[in-house]
Amino acid sequence: MSADWPAIDLVVNGDRRSVQAPPMKRLLDVLREDLQLTGTKEGCGEGECGSCSVRLNGELVNSCLVPVLQAHGARIQTVEGLAIDGDLHPLQQAFLNCGGAQCGICTPGMLMAATHLLASNPHPTMTEIREGLAGNLCRCTGFKRIFDSVISAAAQTQDPMANEAHAR
Amino acid sequence: MRGNAEAHELIAPGSLHAVLQVLAEGPGVWTPIAGGTELMVAHAAGRLSAKKLLSLWGIPDLRFIEAGADSITIGACTTFRDLRLDPAIAAHFPLLAKAATWIGSIANQNRATVGGNLVNGSPAADSSPALLVYDAELELISVRGKRRVPYTEFHTGYKKNVLAPDELVYAVHLPRKFAAHRQYLRKVGTRRAMAISKVELAGTALLDTGVISEVRFAAASLAPFPTRLYQTETAVRGREISPQTIMAGRNALLEEAAPVDDIRSTAEYRRAVAANLLEEFLRSLVVEQPR
Repeated sequence: MSADWPAIDLVVNGDRRSVQAPPMKRLLDVLREDLQLTGTKEGCGEGECGSCSVRLNGELVNSCLVPVLQAHGARIQTVEGLAIDGDLHPLQQAFLNCGGAQCGICTPGMLMAATHLLASNPHPTMTEIREGLAGNLCRCTGFKRIFDSVISAAAQTQDPMANEAHAR
Repeated sequence: MRGNAEAHELIAPGSLHAVLQVLAEGPGVWTPIAGGTELMVAHAAGRLSAKKLLSLWGIPDLRFIEAGADSITIGACTTFRDLRLDPAIAAHFPLLAKAATWIGSIANQNRATVGGNLVNGSPAADSSPALLVYDAELELISVRGKRRVPYTEFHTGYKKNVLAPDELVYAVHLPRKFAAHRQYLRKVGTRRAMAISKVELAGTALLDTGVISEVRFAAASLAPFPTRLYQTETAVRGREISPQTIMAGRNALLEEAAPVDDIRSTAEYRRAVAANLLEEFLRSLVVEQPR
């Protein structure tokens, strides 16, 4: 049966990957099962919680709502693509410093949504941060420390492109 | 995930022409899927009945915003993110731009499409009230050609519409005739982001020396599908804004609304809030608009 499945070509965190998968398989499941990139988490599985957030051709999406066929040929960035050789992305460092991560389930999604926000808006206001992360739920932190983490990462960045450049 | 990916077929013919051919060869066989923000939820829950799906994502002929002299045309697969970023939409159809900001989250807005919102046909569809008060017209397409229907005639019942089995929504046309109208849109839900509305009301009104000369109201979650409130419009048209006019409008709306009790709210609450939103809009008309 698998021989009948189409080859799906992806560029994941800068690397070319090809998988054979049922076209209706969720991008989330392809990342976790076929590519062993388990940083991306499944929370609700219905686009409400943002745990499975990744960037697809630079756009923030819920990977649980993307049939993998629709990602054919796309660039995908996951949380694994943020740190380079153990050198943390400024947002990851800020989450560590500010207590932005507790149990950790929402953290990969929060980091991707925050990366997406800072890519287009390097110095967001609190209102813009709240809106940028409104699709990501956290049950530990009460959100305050997550927002503080984003502000802290943004404050360190003089060059608007630095956050983006760090990420592959 | 309770759904089984292997139980569903998905093809992506890649062009509008090819998609229409597939639909023509098997009318009713294929279910179009655009950004997947509705169908993929059903899929994950194991309740997606469609076995054969046809991808509309990434077809440039369906994703465009064209500003013409008399109208703005929005391709069916234009995302709500596209709408938010478009200066012509913001300038000429601010209610639609506003509705786009509160559809789900950024991640949802990057995938959810205008056409998908309409074809899905939820009674609570966020973009519908704005499109109704802007006199939107839908352009439908099949291999047989194109046809236009007023959006007010598109929905025919709960999750039912006038699309033929081989047809797609191609575009939404918005006439540029509301620049002088006073405009209103408010959604009431449990939170600003993500939440599906309990009730949403839109209005456009033209005042002529203090008299309401032209008026449109539309609502989501007051009927089996998003609807214009014609009786309420009739009750206030040709009148000055006064306590009597407001009362006449409220009474007509309470008469005309047919909401239901469901998990998000009650019919009684929806009626009361819708009447309050109407009053809020009518009262705002008394204040002179800065020019």
